[in-house]
Amino acid sequence: MDVLFLSRLQFAVATYFHFLFVPLTLGLSLLIAIMQSLHLRTGNEEYRAMAKFWGKLFLINFVIGVVTGITLEFQFGTNWSRYSRYVGDIFGPLLAIEATVAFFLESTFIAVWAFGWKRLSARVHTLSIWLVAIASNISALWILIANSWMQSPVGFVVKKGRPVLNDLVAVVTQPYAILTILHTLAAAYVVTAFFVMGISAYHILRKQHGSFFLRSFRMGLILGLISSLFVLAEGHMHAAMLAGAQPAKMAALETHWETSTYAPVYILALPDQENARNSIQIGAIPGALSVLAFHTPSAEVKGLRDIPAGERPPVAAVFFSFRLMITLGLLFALLTIVAWFRRNKLESSPWLLRILLYAIPFPYVTCALGWTVTELGRQPWIVYGLMKTGDAVSPVAASQVGTSLVAFILVYSLLGIAAFGLMARSARQGPQRTPVPVHSGKEA
Amino acid sequence: MLETIWFLLWGILWALYFMLDGFDLGLGTLMPFLGKNDTERRIIYNTMGPFWDGNEVWLITAGGVTFAAFPGTYAVLFSAFYSPLMIILFALIIRAAAFEFRGKLPGRAWRSLWDGCLALGSFVPALLFGVAFANIFRGIPIDGEGVYQGSLFTLLNLYSLLGGLLFLLLFLVHGALWLAVKSEGILQQRAIRYAKSLWLLLVIVAVLFLAHTWFETDLYHNYRLIPALFLIPLCAVLALLLVRAYLSQKTCVKAWFASCLVIICVTLFGVMGLYPNMLISSMNPAYNLTAFNAASSPGTLKIMLVVALIFVPIVILYQGWVYLLFRHKVHTEDLQSDEAY
Repeated sequence: MDVLFLSRLQFAVATYFHFLFVPLTLGLSLLIAIMQSLHLRTGNEEYRAMAKFWGKLFLINFVIGVVTGITLEFQFGTNWSRYSRYVGDIFGPLLAIEATVAFFLESTFIAVWAFGWKRLSARVHTLSIWLVAIASNISALWILIANSWMQSPVGFVVKKGRPVLNDLVAVVTQPYAILTILHTLAAAYVVTAFFVMGISAYHILRKQHGSFFLRSFRMGLILGLISSLFVLAEGHMHAAMLAGAQPAKMAALETHWETSTYAPVYILALPDQENARNSIQIGAIPGALSVLAFHTPSAEVKGLRDIPAGERPPVAAVFFSFRLMITLGLLFALLTIVAWFRRNKLESSPWLLRILLYAIPFPYVTCALGWTVTELGRQPWIVYGLMKTGDAVSPVAASQVGTSLVAFILVYSLLGIAAFGLMARSARQGPQRTPVPVHSGKEA
Repeated sequence: MLETIWFLLWGILWALYFMLDGFDLGLGTLMPFLGKNDTERRIIYNTMGPFWDGNEVWLITAGGVTFAAFPGTYAVLFSAFYSPLMIILFALIIRAAAFEFRGKLPGRAWRSLWDGCLALGSFVPALLFGVAFANIFRGIPIDGEGVYQGSLFTLLNLYSLLGGLLFLLLFLVHGALWLAVKSEGILQQRAIRYAKSLWLLLVIVAVLFLAHTWFETDLYHNYRLIPALFLIPLCAVLALLLVRAYLSQKTCVKAWFASCLVIICVTLFGVMGLYPNMLISSMNPAYNLTAFNAASSPGTLKIMLVVALIFVPIVILYQGWVYLLFRHKVHTEDLQSDEAY
């Protein structure tokens, strides 16, 4: 196995793992900030208890998200040094801005949140939760702007063989970045919503803790309904934008080989990359792909055959990931709609609660599928149209990367088991009934 | 000019990182020795509780700024130091998990496991940052293409190991002082005792390192050109003596601040000696990466300068506020809170 393959695998492992923790950081921080604000406004102690209970889960999740993020930033230098040298002028500032503008805020105020319950006025303390929520979302925004630039490089001129930044505003405001941000944040909120609904469902099924989890469920449901419907609508705009920005990825999404008008979507297809065709294609819906890409059935959609064989992404992986992502996304919307109509009859809908409990992992899987489509669909490019992944890898020894890859898999597996194990344990325990007494005397 | 400003900022960011994360790396390493039972250990964890995460972001920023302002350096440095950097990253990961996970379960084996992770995860970066910077000062085999031609063992030489030991001891003293500031009673006495003994070792290693630097590196070149720069190492020496003086008076807060100054001056001593180089090639001086040949375009440097000049002071302000907010000594009753480590 060569350095390129090992480095790609390592980056994939590190990214998938990192993104198991990011969505909850983005969404749950917002929900907790809202809970705490509701406590402040209504004086209802239950909201405070909710902020405490969900906060406990949040903190376990948060720390793993932070440390696995550091390894991603450093891997650009360790494993992708030629890429780093090539794009440093544009990609570097985006990461540096993320750290100075957002990540500092997030990591500093998480401590104020966790340790400041008794040291600050309720108002300032609530503000610190909001700051964590806002900062983590801004942090995601800058990272996604950086990723979008790799997908759709803009705002640069080439000098001495390297892209040099000449329009930061274009980089930050390009439609690709904005849609990616909306898509990813909405998906993160879906993860959060199902997490909150699922854990609440567990306790409602056991008829314990009374209104605590009915209230939590309701908040998760509102978030879930809005975000899962939004992500569908936005996903449609997303596809339309891809048709312009990355025709190869667009064609791979629906395993579309021949450039054609009235381009179809097949209900069932099996791509055959070697022979540049589908070995099976059943149930064509004529014009559906044209509508998806250009909003009109007669539009011409570029097929993969018109893209040089060396510049086609791995079609099967992209196609199946995309299909599965869409299917799951539709199911999430359906589930939240059903739950919305049963929202006042939850206790008499054990079937729904059970489905929602077991649904917790699926939005996570959907996020992973989404990243697979995004990143594999861009291949063989690391920066679309500018630099190929094969030219980006560091001049390091395969043995070095092999060793670190094994270490990543081992450490991350153990860490993942510990983190999710602790979260499951805290989730099952439920909220603390009585506040922990504060002792003034000395204790052993 | 822009390049020089960024080189200075780059050095200052690393200095701030070492000053801030230094105490929690040092205290993490000392934790098994300073904390004799679970309560003492929990006190030690909680003295670092609200700070370690925010401190670590200075590393991310130092890394990010290297990427943004000096992509040439970022690319070559990080790939040349592949293995040590990976080891540092894994150390930082298990260390962060130790903070968050240790207190979540009561079992003795569980807590010992994470205590081990905290100590190892703190010791390794403290040592390896020193090894890395000593190698940067001394030079490593980089060819004309920026490809590292050595192995992991090239990086482990007497000088770099001495550098590692220097950083480790700087951080250990810094960490022991932090505990002395944040605790009381037996734990504080023990921390002061450790700080005193480690201080002596630090002085010995510092003298050895400075002497070795004369023979192994060109760091003193800039100092001979501009003798006024000698104020920086002089300041380091004075601050180091102040640490000991304050320790004798048991004015721990002042001793800790003096120790901050030591770390800042030691880092700047190296950085100022290095200028304009950022990574020295031991194969050929023409292959050196400098603030000029490794920098981003002037446009990017300008944008980043604006961002840094606005946001870094803001960060310092709110982090300073957090340090003030949690400046109290950690008592056993602080351990009762739900969120305490």
